[in-house]
Amino acid sequence: MNENLFTSFITPVILGLPLVTLIVLFPSLLFPTSNRLVSNRFVTLQQWMLQLVSKQMMSIHNSKGQTWTLMLMSLILFIGSTNLLGLLPHSFTPTTQLSMNLGMAIPLWAGAVITGLRNKTKASLAHFLPQGTPTPLIPMLVIIETISLFIQPMALAVRLTANITAGHLLIHLIGGATLALMSISTTTALITFTILILLTILEFAVAMIQAYVFTLLVSLYLHDNT
Amino acid sequence: MASVVPLKEKKLLEVKLGELPSWILMRDFTPSGIAGAFQRGYYRYYNKYVNVKKGSIAGLSMVLAAYVFLNYCRSYKELKHERLRKYH
Repeated sequence: MNENLFTSFITPVILGLPLVTLIVLFPSLLFPTSNRLVSNRFVTLQQWMLQLVSKQMMSIHNSKGQTWTLMLMSLILFIGSTNLLGLLPHSFTPTTQLSMNLGMAIPLWAGAVITGLRNKTKASLAHFLPQGTPTPLIPMLVIIETISLFIQPMALAVRLTANITAGHLLIHLIGGATLALMSISTTTALITFTILILLTILEFAVAMIQAYVFTLLVSLYLHDNT
Repeated sequence: MASVVPLKEKKLLEVKLGELPSWILMRDFTPSGIAGAFQRGYYRYYNKYVNVKKGSIAGLSMVLAAYVFLNYCRSYKELKHERLRKYH
């Protein structure tokens, strides 16, 4: 257990130089490109996975929405790989920093909304009022829909930050508890260790699911607006 | 005995021990030289372990292990307080 539980979340700085830049850029090393038709196993696996994900995610969009494919695919790759790398021991996860998630969420959401407002003004404004509402409720409902629209980027960023940070904190705490319990009672330590294993499996799933959810929601906002 | 090959073009393992300081100083330390060094190193690793016909998990795991090790070195200062010692 750390003296301060949150030391693993501070931005890494070495001799005043931002080491965090290198850590953010590191996942790009793990995705090599290849111009060949038949490449090595690593690249083939990644291309197959990318094709699967892009087909599943971009099939609902029209041709205008599908211009965002590159952006959304790189987004899901980045968030997925960063979250998974954060599960390695001692590593730093950039997506635990709210600043970074806000930096990802706000421009993407704003891009989708402004595209909708520019190109299909009437239709995108019509989203503020669900179909079939009784007339007296209309003013209140428009206000509520506006608030829910502006909360979307905040929710995107905070959801990702909170999920990943909470998972990491739980792993730290339960791991520390297991270590402390080893000398007191081995059976309880074994139970805690089983909980730790299950939690780690959950964290692997959460890492990938959060990437998926982020990208899916951005694509949904896009679908509404193209 | 004068060297037949000029010092600059020798590989590291062929340089005699006395010539080592001048060999190091003769390396290209410009930004493009350093970028070239990183690129050469990357492709050397990539072509040996990943870009092969039957690449295994070892190519990826060595990179991840090095990443874990570097992160451990980075956070050693905080981690050394958590050792089981009587006096820290």
